[in-house]
Amino acid sequence: MTYLDHAATTPLLPEVLAAMTEQLGRVGNASSLHASGRAARRTAEQARERLAAALGARPSEVLFTGGGTESDNLAVKGMFWARREADPQRRRIVTSPLEHHAVLDSVEWLAKHDGAEVTWLPVEPTGRISPAALREALGDGADVALVSVMWANNEIGTVSDLAALAAVAHEVGVPVHTDAVQAVGQVPVDFGASGVDALTLTGHKLGGPMGAGALLLRRDAPCMPLLHGGGQERDVRSGTLDVAAIVGLAVAADVAVARREDRAVRLAGLRDRLVSGVVAQVPDAQLNGAPLDDELAGGPGRLPGNAHLSFPGAEGDALLMLLDAREVECSTGSACSAGVARPSHVLLGVGADPDRARSSLRFSLGSTSTEADVDAVLDVIAPVVERARRAGMSRA
Amino acid sequence: MRVLAAMSGGVDSAVAAALAVDAGHDVTGVHLALSPDRQTLRSGARGCCSVEDAHDARRVADELGIPFYVWDLAERFAADVVEDFVAEYAAGRTPNPCLRCNEKIKFSAVLDRARALGFDAVVTGHHARLAEGQLRRSVDAAKDQSYVLAVLTPTQLAGAVFPLGSMTKERVREIAAERGFAVATKADSHDICFIPDGDTRGFLARRLGEQPGPLVDATTGETVGQHSGAYGFTVGQRRGLGVSAGDQRPRYVLGIEPVTRTVTIGTADLAGVTEVRTGVPTWTGPAPVLPLRAEVQLRAHAAPVPCSVDAVPEGLVVVLDEVQRGVAPGQSAVLYLPDAARGDLVLGQAAVLRAG
Repeated sequence: MTYLDHAATTPLLPEVLAAMTEQLGRVGNASSLHASGRAARRTAEQARERLAAALGARPSEVLFTGGGTESDNLAVKGMFWARREADPQRRRIVTSPLEHHAVLDSVEWLAKHDGAEVTWLPVEPTGRISPAALREALGDGADVALVSVMWANNEIGTVSDLAALAAVAHEVGVPVHTDAVQAVGQVPVDFGASGVDALTLTGHKLGGPMGAGALLLRRDAPCMPLLHGGGQERDVRSGTLDVAAIVGLAVAADVAVARREDRAVRLAGLRDRLVSGVVAQVPDAQLNGAPLDDELAGGPGRLPGNAHLSFPGAEGDALLMLLDAREVECSTGSACSAGVARPSHVLLGVGADPDRARSSLRFSLGSTSTEADVDAVLDVIAPVVERARRAGMSRA
Repeated sequence: MRVLAAMSGGVDSAVAAALAVDAGHDVTGVHLALSPDRQTLRSGARGCCSVEDAHDARRVADELGIPFYVWDLAERFAADVVEDFVAEYAAGRTPNPCLRCNEKIKFSAVLDRARALGFDAVVTGHHARLAEGQLRRSVDAAKDQSYVLAVLTPTQLAGAVFPLGSMTKERVREIAAERGFAVATKADSHDICFIPDGDTRGFLARRLGEQPGPLVDATTGETVGQHSGAYGFTVGQRRGLGVSAGDQRPRYVLGIEPVTRTVTIGTADLAGVTEVRTGVPTWTGPAPVLPLRAEVQLRAHAAPVPCSVDAVPEGLVVVLDEVQRGVAPGQSAVLYLPDAARGDLVLGQAAVLRAG
């Protein structure tokens, strides 16, 4: 089996499995005052410190959540409500059309049900958001509740310069949230140095467990809770701490960040060979997103494990099915709950026509990827594309 | 064989897929998303049959350990089935959308795509027998679906597999239960899938608007009432005419004239027909030599009638041995050769143009 869908989820690291297994055998609610509770609390707080250290945050800035979707919902809705309560004219959310649905749908829900106004940032053809575009959209910022722009795009892998964007927003006193689910462990992410006010991450993209995530939230960032209850996590996210999951998340983040540089070089090498090999066999295949060697503020401008390609005349769905039948697992990048393929909103957002958007595949590499995985794709891609093209672009 | 199992989320197609796996085929499951309301597909709203049916189909595919995909055919379905359905009613005819779906979607768009992707055939849960290229009635007469498959050509049938034709519906449910499929007790679908509330007249009224016209008595030529849309009527219909005749004898719809929106009604003796004229037929195998003796079924679930069939320039003339009521233009006249042992053989079908 050739697994090239690490952006969807990536295998649990052995260190994480060991740490979680050990913790799962223990009793103790981190909010209890007795010895078992104290032990659980100590373990959870050690994990908080470890996660914070890996990402340039202070321990008090780490809020553990149930994953990326929850963190995005909490940041977008919580910050919108808090900022508007402080000043009722702040009803505008400035965001990009390329965001993950956890942000997009939260923003659209606030627009539909809670009086939010949305300003959609223009995007560069690579999918990057420019500081100049943000400055233009913000104006004097007086009516803006928050900015939310993803650090790295989950489909096409384009990285934006969040430090530059945060600096622009802070000029007019507007806080910034970023969904960094794909960025952490792939490109340098330093929460404190970036200046952003809130940052979403999740465990299972790093080699940690599913259902465990965090929102890094500056102490002075306004945010109302979505979940009320026992007052855990600075009163912003109530709920008994899932200590084993938190331990797994922290170990995963620590290991992923520590190994990031070596792995990025290795994955970029594999990825470049994958892309050039595919293009050699399918000359009209088109790379989406930033160029492979793109650089941004001293780091990669494109996620090192991301290869996102369009195959004109073939349907992404058909390509995926044919590759699946040949034991190559990848993604078309977008699927809804019923599994019906839609043209990717990300590709449409960067100006691709619907046919190109529908003809795309994402190969995403991760810690377990090897040369053999690349070979497996190159062995089958030409006949797969040819067959998919024969099946055509009909909506049948 | 590499086969594509069309999985609706119901019990029949689930068992058909399972039997295809048992038969040693390399099976891939596919759910056809047909809902013209695309929004419900995305929103995953509770109560949306499309989303829940897709989930049910996926559960079975996962239990069978076969790949599963959803194919979005909503646009094709809307154009080829729903619009055709509305246009046929607007023209005063009575369409059969299931037949149209088999002709244009399942064994055309889906089969063509399957073949292009390297599959040999499409497996469905239809109740009909298909062996050596011959399409026959199911052993379960009550569940037989050969009527809505009679439109298929030899080329289409060559790419079709119907594993359920030799068993009863009861047996299908038993197999599903033995395998622990959650859909074993799922209710049969009866209604037109794109009119989930069953209110065909309401659906047509929303699509076509009010189109008032007269109800005319065939014998006297007098206008005896008004209707709000001729599309609300089917030839042979007795209930819901909204007129009461002084003689207390029931009235039937005899004809629908779409241009003047005139609906003609009359008594039972006028509603009977013995001769049916059709358009150009399609055959499930080699075209038979005409004239011939056969049985004809004039709508889904109707009893077959012995008849003589001959060719005429516009299609076929079918002379019935017994008087029939409710022979509506637009419905298919499906011709069978009776065969109690192997199942009645489906010869083919042709659309009814008129009857008298």
